[in-house]
Amino acid sequence: MDLTKIKNILTKRFGDTCIVDEELQGLQPALIVHADFLLDICKELRQNKETWFDFLSCISAIDYGPNEGFGVVYHLASIPHKTQLTLKVKLDDLRDESILPSIDSVSSVWRTADWHEREAYDLVGVFFNGHPDLRRILLPDDWKGYPLRRDYQDAESYHGIPIN
Amino acid sequence: MSELAPEEMIINIGPQHPSTHGVLRLEVISDGEIVKEVIPHMGYLHRCFEKHAESLSYGKTIPFTDRMDYLASMNNSHAFVMGVERMLGLEKEIPKRIEYIRVLVCELNRIASHLIAIGTYGIDIGAFTPFMWCFRDREHIMNMLEWASGSRMLYNYIWVGGLFYDLPVGFEDRCEEFVAYFKPKLVELDELLTNNQIFISRTANVGELPLEVAINYGCSGPMLRASGLKWDLRRVDEYSVYPEIDFEIPIGKGEMGKKGDCWDRYKVRVDEIVESVKIIEQCLERLQKDLKRTPDFDPRGLVPKKVSPKAQDYYIRAENPKGELGFYFITDGRSDIPRRVKARGPSFNNLSVLPELSKNILIADLIAILGSIDIVLGEVDR
Repeated sequence: MDLTKIKNILTKRFGDTCIVDEELQGLQPALIVHADFLLDICKELRQNKETWFDFLSCISAIDYGPNEGFGVVYHLASIPHKTQLTLKVKLDDLRDESILPSIDSVSSVWRTADWHEREAYDLVGVFFNGHPDLRRILLPDDWKGYPLRRDYQDAESYHGIPIN
Repeated sequence: MSELAPEEMIINIGPQHPSTHGVLRLEVISDGEIVKEVIPHMGYLHRCFEKHAESLSYGKTIPFTDRMDYLASMNNSHAFVMGVERMLGLEKEIPKRIEYIRVLVCELNRIASHLIAIGTYGIDIGAFTPFMWCFRDREHIMNMLEWASGSRMLYNYIWVGGLFYDLPVGFEDRCEEFVAYFKPKLVELDELLTNNQIFISRTANVGELPLEVAINYGCSGPMLRASGLKWDLRRVDEYSVYPEIDFEIPIGKGEMGKKGDCWDRYKVRVDEIVESVKIIEQCLERLQKDLKRTPDFDPRGLVPKKVSPKAQDYYIRAENPKGELGFYFITDGRSDIPRRVKARGPSFNNLSVLPELSKNILIADLIAILGSIDIVLGEVDR
């Protein structure tokens, strides 16, 4: 199952706009998909007998740096076909912490996404629409800021205790 | 609190409780002895691995990977190093002797990790002796790995492009002695715990995990195999020298109860120890015959002075004792510091299935299920 075949399945179903770009150089080729189609694409990749990506390995949220915006990367694996696929989504460069960059949650497709998305929200500050229980997972509930952002400033104190 | 029914009560188990295997807090909504819902709270051991990795060069990050799953440090650094080597295009050039030493120490570490899983599981259920026996045998492995690397648990032994040191002279012989000593102990352990009627009654038919649920929650390693799927990344991805080595992949068969119950998960680990012993024997044979140490062999010969892969991103996955350990690297091609390293810990995903497994069960069974998942909080929290 190569990338062009997967791409054909998706464009046939959802139209040409669902895939923004593809990365063919490098060791692991990746599809860059449009954020609006992510949930539909994931459902299709999970259910289609030809792709059958039933195992979600990893969700990584990334801050590419100021002006370049955020991204979420999905690593899928198919157990019967023994294949892997990388999906990437680019998100807006919303640095203001009152409006987080947002993307649809895929936790209805793979339950693995539940905790992975909570971690991405916790550390990078990406909001997942439709997530059943989006709260911080590793840091305390009252933590300020998102530590894996490039513009994160270390806090001076926590509950009045100097920590720097 | 307002949503609780009058007969319901919230009980906190942990974060300081031996049966949570570390600093994990389980918020249990219970009705008498019956568990209605479990909400795990973690993060007490969060040490910002990913943040550290963004400010350190690859070689300096290896000790941090050791501290993730601190019961299987060799396997962690092996996965990390393989990822970096593939990005550098080095992985085909690594000498066979180095690869065999890596597999040898990783499998020793896998046995040590499974011995802890089995021993502490015995304690969770109420059997103290297996714990002492497992720790006694594990101590031999710890001593050997300390001899090789200089450290008892956190080794920093596997480096990008090679090894810290070659094996010490006489290591292979001592390893053979250990294998000869250890094989009868496994039979004893089976008599003591695996076929113990009390142990079977506590674990069989408890916490049954159907295969599709396991896959949907991203469970991997012994958790997934106990549900009946032959899925081992050592065979699927065929990394390192595993294709040259002969071993079986044990799966759960539901011998004592239903497929995918706690006893199956326990049994898969016991069977994996037997397979790891087989792998160790094959490694030792190669290391003592055609891959003998020679005076001019330099385990650091290929270690690059500066590790700076070209701009790319790469996801490496490898079979840790607990399951699929993944590292996702993003590099910019200029510096020797990665732009992003994301770690996917197997325990993190295996633990996420606990609330699903713990609906309308007894509190005592909750402890049995949690023990059978075999989590390491160092890796859940990273």
